[in-house]
Amino acid sequence: MNTMLKTIRKAVRTAIMGSLLVAGTAYADIDAGPAPDFTLKSQTGENLRLSEFRGEVVMINFWASWCAPCRQEMPLLDELYQQYQPLGFTILGVNVEEDSTKARQMLKKLPVNFPVLFDNKSNVSKLYNVVAMPSTVLVDRDGNIRYLHQGYKPGYEESYQQQVRELIRE
Amino acid sequence: MVVGATRRHPGALLSALFLVSHAAPAGVLPEDRADAMYHSYDGGGVDVSGPSYLVRKGDGKRFSASVNYYVDSISSASIDVLTQGSPYNEQRTQWTGSVDYIHADTTMTAGYSNSDESDYQSDTYNFSISQAMFGDLTTVTLGYSYGDDDVSSNVDSSFERSAEHRNYHVSLTQVLTKNLLLSLNYDAITDEGFLHSPYRKVRVQNDPLDPSAGWNFNTPETYPNTRTSNAVSANFIYYLPYRAAVKAGYRYYTDDWDIDAHNVEVGYVHPLWDRWIVEFNYRYYQQDQADFYSDLFQFPDQQNFMARDKELSKFKDQTLGVALSYDLFEDGWGYLDKATLNVKYSRIWFDYDNYSDARQANAPGYDFTADLFQLFASVWY
Amino acid sequence: MNYQGILIALTLLLLGGCSQVEPWVKPYERAHLADPVMSFSRDPVADGYISHIYQVREGARGAEGGHGGGCGCN
Repeated sequence: MNTMLKTIRKAVRTAIMGSLLVAGTAYADIDAGPAPDFTLKSQTGENLRLSEFRGEVVMINFWASWCAPCRQEMPLLDELYQQYQPLGFTILGVNVEEDSTKARQMLKKLPVNFPVLFDNKSNVSKLYNVVAMPSTVLVDRDGNIRYLHQGYKPGYEESYQQQVRELIRE
Repeated sequence: MVVGATRRHPGALLSALFLVSHAAPAGVLPEDRADAMYHSYDGGGVDVSGPSYLVRKGDGKRFSASVNYYVDSISSASIDVLTQGSPYNEQRTQWTGSVDYIHADTTMTAGYSNSDESDYQSDTYNFSISQAMFGDLTTVTLGYSYGDDDVSSNVDSSFERSAEHRNYHVSLTQVLTKNLLLSLNYDAITDEGFLHSPYRKVRVQNDPLDPSAGWNFNTPETYPNTRTSNAVSANFIYYLPYRAAVKAGYRYYTDDWDIDAHNVEVGYVHPLWDRWIVEFNYRYYQQDQADFYSDLFQFPDQQNFMARDKELSKFKDQTLGVALSYDLFEDGWGYLDKATLNVKYSRIWFDYDNYSDARQANAPGYDFTADLFQLFASVWY
Repeated sequence: MNYQGILIALTLLLLGGCSQVEPWVKPYERAHLADPVMSFSRDPVADGYISHIYQVREGARGAEGGHGGGCGCN
């Protein structure tokens, strides 16, 4: 029993070190290059296509009503949209839920001004290889993916603003 | 963390322009919350009640800290107390603090707990590290805790002993499907020092050869000064399509005092209407006795180690519990994101195979039921 | 049997070797897992209390309850 415990102790120590090594693994599954085109139904009922926004800077934000950081982020994205939209910027809020009911309820209480699209079949989530919730992709005026943010923590909105300004100036 | 890596190269320039500004996975801090609870246990002549307050607050990015204040007000006229001593009242106060720190997908937790009562003080230090992997489908947690106890006696002021506890913990939580979670847990615990009650005595026959000559409680218990145990458990939680959850868990425990225990637990969680959640639980526990335990010894020096603590006997217990939770505001109220009122009631039936009720001459087998009650309010902010 | 070696090997394999496995539940499929009813412990204060009761009244200790799951956000 004592040798077993010593073994476990050693394993725990090794595992702690091993886990610290693995801790830095980054996901970069979305590739650089042209942003894949898609068409989704929006909150207003009309179909919106990504390529229609060529010439503008586009932020694609993948979110869900059950995702706390997504809910935290939305009002800040709305502010960003209202500030830069006149300069040729738009946000496409892609809701990834199979059933849009909760999302629509949430939008009634916390409305946003940018277009919200419903990816009920997860086609666009798969197309963009979404590996984190939320995920935010910045597409430049030529339709190329330039920045990727996976997850949301308070403070990220500063880099969003910085990057949007940069892409608008191009 | 900034990584500029891609697999395809549509053009060197484009690759150079692409930047992963924030890479996942990263962890989420525990929610900020506060709870105020009243708890009560009443069974087998023992009445323990008191408050428990918890406050947790984080900075939303990296740190979260919590503090818990817990009190047990004890009124004990338990069977051991009635047969060997006299009823007593006591109070135990416990303070616990912990801090969580998140870096990428690693969460580190450090904590300290102090428990204080007239004849027992303990300090426990714990540290754990939790790592999410495989797209956040797997979380592995490793933990270590060290406890240092000072044991004294209310009847003998010169009595001073100590005990140490070391706990190694490993757990793995795995998302199996969109609807099924599995949690595996393992704890290896070693205790060293004075590990029993300074008050309890064993029951010894007055005449070793004649059981009908009655018994006495003159001989104090003696326990080994080490104990090593291993426990492993598996817990499942499954989402039912109409929005409910069913839980099932099993734990196996074994130690070098020869105690082998199994317990199985099932639960059902059901949201009702918009703001209520009801939960039902059933738990079955059984254990074998410690090898130095006996309800009645023949000789006062029969063995090197002798115990008559019913918690070391061969027994089983069953619990039935029901809990009701009410969400006060559907969408929060001002500064509060959410607030709930909760009540939980459980009944535990204890049934001892080889511990007798020594209040009666022919010492029949002992059993009792305990009622547990919890009333609490929780707020999230 | 060399438990030591096996335990260390298993732990390292679990942690380091398997980063190529594609998650079979995508982050956008975690709606049910993020639901509060799917939490192993909705009320830590209450669950801590029940664990304490069992630890005091029973011989066994350790490996209680479950942890984790959730939305997998960030």
